[in-house]
Amino acid sequence: MAAPVLRGARAVRCWSLGVGPRRTRALFAESVSGRGSRRSSAAAREPRPGAHEWAAVVGLEIHTQISSNSKLFSGSQVTFLAPPNSLVSFFDASLPGTLPVLNKRCVEAAVMTGLALNCTVNKKSLFDRKHYFYADLPAGYQITQQRLPIAVNGSLTYNLGGGTHWSPSATKTVRIKQIQLEQDSGKSLHDDTRSQTLIDLNRAGVGLMEVVMEPDMSCGDEAATAVRELQLILRTLGTSQANMAEGQLRVDANISVHHPGEPFGVRTEVKNLNSIRFLAKAIDYEIKRQIEELQNGGKILNETRAFDEKLGCTVSMRDKEGKQDYRFMPEPNLPPLILYDAESLPVAADPQQVVNIDWIRERLPELPSVTRQRLVEQYGILPEHSFALLNEDGLLEFFQNVVKETRTEPKKVIGWILTTFLGYLKQQNLAVSESPISPSLLAELLNLLDRKAISVPAAQQVFEELWHNKGKTPGQIIREKKLELLQNQEELEEICQAVLDKHPQEVTAVKKGNQKVVNKLIGLVRRATQGRADPGRIKQILEKQLQ
Amino acid sequence: MLGLSLREISAALKQGQVSPKELCQKCLSLIKETRFLNAYITVAEKKALQQAEESEKRYEKGQSLGILDGIPIAVKDNFSTAGIETTCASNMLKGYIPPYNATVVQKLLDQGAILLGKTNLDEFAMGSGSTDSIFGPVRNPWSYSKQYREKRKQNHHRADEDSNWLITGGSSGGSAAAVSAFTCFAALGSDTGGSTRNPAALCGLVGLKPTYGLVSRYGLIPLVNSMDVPGILTRCVDDAAIVLDTLAGHDPKDSTTIQDSVGPFILPILKDVSKLCIGIPKEYNAPGLSSEMQTLWYKAADLFESKGAKVVEVSLPHTSYSIICYQILCPAEVASNMARFDGLEYGHRCNVNVSTEAMYAATRREGFNDVVRGRILSGNFFLLKENYDDYFVKAQKVRRLIANDFMKVFNSGVDFLLTPTTLSDAMPYLEFIKEDNRTRSSQDDIFTQSVNMAGLPAVNIPMALSSQGLPVGLQLIGRAFSDQQLLTVAKWFEAQVQFPVIQFQELMDNCQAFFQHEKMASVSLK
Repeated sequence: MAAPVLRGARAVRCWSLGVGPRRTRALFAESVSGRGSRRSSAAAREPRPGAHEWAAVVGLEIHTQISSNSKLFSGSQVTFLAPPNSLVSFFDASLPGTLPVLNKRCVEAAVMTGLALNCTVNKKSLFDRKHYFYADLPAGYQITQQRLPIAVNGSLTYNLGGGTHWSPSATKTVRIKQIQLEQDSGKSLHDDTRSQTLIDLNRAGVGLMEVVMEPDMSCGDEAATAVRELQLILRTLGTSQANMAEGQLRVDANISVHHPGEPFGVRTEVKNLNSIRFLAKAIDYEIKRQIEELQNGGKILNETRAFDEKLGCTVSMRDKEGKQDYRFMPEPNLPPLILYDAESLPVAADPQQVVNIDWIRERLPELPSVTRQRLVEQYGILPEHSFALLNEDGLLEFFQNVVKETRTEPKKVIGWILTTFLGYLKQQNLAVSESPISPSLLAELLNLLDRKAISVPAAQQVFEELWHNKGKTPGQIIREKKLELLQNQEELEEICQAVLDKHPQEVTAVKKGNQKVVNKLIGLVRRATQGRADPGRIKQILEKQLQ
Repeated sequence: MLGLSLREISAALKQGQVSPKELCQKCLSLIKETRFLNAYITVAEKKALQQAEESEKRYEKGQSLGILDGIPIAVKDNFSTAGIETTCASNMLKGYIPPYNATVVQKLLDQGAILLGKTNLDEFAMGSGSTDSIFGPVRNPWSYSKQYREKRKQNHHRADEDSNWLITGGSSGGSAAAVSAFTCFAALGSDTGGSTRNPAALCGLVGLKPTYGLVSRYGLIPLVNSMDVPGILTRCVDDAAIVLDTLAGHDPKDSTTIQDSVGPFILPILKDVSKLCIGIPKEYNAPGLSSEMQTLWYKAADLFESKGAKVVEVSLPHTSYSIICYQILCPAEVASNMARFDGLEYGHRCNVNVSTEAMYAATRREGFNDVVRGRILSGNFFLLKENYDDYFVKAQKVRRLIANDFMKVFNSGVDFLLTPTTLSDAMPYLEFIKEDNRTRSSQDDIFTQSVNMAGLPAVNIPMALSSQGLPVGLQLIGRAFSDQQLLTVAKWFEAQVQFPVIQFQELMDNCQAFFQHEKMASVSLK
């Protein structure tokens, strides 16, 4: 059975490349040309469709913590890294007789997120209890929205080429099945040596939005890019900080493989993926594992798996209890959640008591996709640059501030921002807000460059000086280091002549018609001027002198 | 003095005929004397006296907080009381001291009421006899009344024989006994299927089940969240209205309470009932209804008619499904509500520490009685994915039909429904326990249960004494949020029937002698 293995491996190269050492940028191009939609893969276009090819299907459940001062159903504060059990109300600890009171801020956040993800916001939604016994779930059930969630039927568009090889055809859409409001659980800390479990209920009852993405993705990169885009949207809206490292965004991935044209295969769920990188890795690994398993005559079990970050593979979680029956039941202590729009809003409604969908819609901030488009149109930059600008917190603002204060064309500014500025930041692992160079200083430097007061290499030098010596201005550095452009024609001509005099061989070569040698001469002159001369002018002078 | 109405005792306090402290002490000593009734689980003597002292200071300064200031009350032991053990009569919560007050408790305290203690109930309010408590059954004060004893003598029973003491009904039997025996002026019960009205009927009290959503449930340890309401037990209708006036209204801590302003619940004296239409639901002529009870019911209907009210027979066709429907919805919510009792955060925890799961299992086995465990088990069965539609969803549909029955009747022009509250008068304990909790509950809730399904207000009004010399009550049911009108009619009815006062005080010596005897008996058992 060697042949199918090979063919299989080729057909799934989109993601098998992803997990292999040959992971390259070409990955995007391949996956784009390979799959127009989720049901057709590269394999589907081959003469014997689906015979031995594999297609993978990935759906995501994303739990994202709502940015709110208090919990979903209680007045307890929400703060990261507070002392254990210091943010626990009677309700959070499930004291008998306590009742949930819905936090309006969390509802508004979910509505806002729903609108941003093109969802239909349900004017009536319901809360349900999902039962299971676990030490960090004090009530024995989680309040969630199983039957009628707050928002349904949305979509999220993301671009696989963002920041690298952008192309319109790399734009993909994943359908959003629903967004539901629910409580977070507490945290269990297992102390194996003393064989006890410590419980921290600070997180218990914190408001979450569960965003359910339909299985419209087919590899780790697609899933990762979709999550990255969601993250950007949530941050833009301010509905979640979506910081994966702090557990504000957690992803469960449902993964299956099948032969194109056949029904979807049995799926596994990889739980609790807490970084974008691991998300992509885990999915790609799991797809590969499932294909290998099936090709070796094995079976895929409908099971829950975890990603082992050290080993880089997924492992079965082997739930002791097997399949759980959550015994869903309507939450009787919360009336249906009713939302209004301009039309249905009761005249006498207390604005503190009602949530108006239209009001929220009118106040939606510009979403990342729109921002990107605007940037491309407004500044004439490339689409991939617009992605890059949004991918770093504060970078867009920095860029816009520089543009405001400089005559330099935005197209040129973007180069400095994305190559030089971002490069320095990355090298030192700094955030934009921690940059030693302010937008004004960079603008000043670019203005000097624009006025041709300095050359590009000199500007690079100034940038480096600015980076390392806070408090200096570009002007100061240029004066101190004598970096200004050599404007004096006579002086320049003298230097050129001196270079020609010292290199008779090259002069001869040029005169014999080898024009390439001119470039070498230009380089020599530039070195002699310590980069302070404009290469164009040097060329002019040299050509004249060589005649 | 202890038999006075709230208005009367409040006036006495104001006029200085009695001080809050004296009054509190009187009640406390009566609680001790009537210990054999087993009405109280916890008597908060020290706290009560402290509160009485504060009240006294207010009266001295002429700054009393209102009509309830200085008035001793009791609260069913399924309402959270800050600093006072709250057990639900269950091993599971033995020793549990809540850090907060239920809203209704807080409201009473804010009005200066003196909380004497916590009253006995069926474990987690699951029962209709107040017999299934880890603290033992509650005895009906009427067992020791002159009225009952004399009737028994006439019927050639030995008057002092005690084995025939009567149940209070339940599950708020402790509260009913406490009010009926004059140990307090009002008490809180809870009502999920009749738990306030049923003991009120058997103990000769007014028992109000307010409209769902009128009174906050915050701090009431739930039985069935969608049906529970705090209930009020008093000796007259006006007293119930006064307490309701204190309790009613929106509570930001309970999202199911009404947002609109409510009350005041002041009851006018109704002189003319000729504009009223009273419905008599024919389905309430249920099997098991004692002929005596039936006669009194019709007599009451005749009374309304003779005073000019329109009395019509109406139909609530889905009434008979109410109990079976309840037997699905109640366990389902119970299974869910009881999930929190896992021994981790509060309450009982077993000694097993092999694993968390083993700890849960043993804790819950030890903590709950058979009745609670049985309902948890069946409730979880009904909620299983494969059963949910066949049981829970169907039961919810039936519930809607039951609620619609009431709606239709009220929309047809009927103002109030008049029904029996119980099948008969109070049953002797030994007779009652011949059947299990489930059977008894389904029998006893028959006239009261469907009201909870529909969330309507209903009140038991004592009507007369039975041939045995025991109280018999009737139930008036009103439209949602018609509590004030309902009580107004109840007050009119009360005035018409002139229900006799329990002649209990005279027998206290007798009882004390009995109490001594009881004590010895229990000692000799050990």
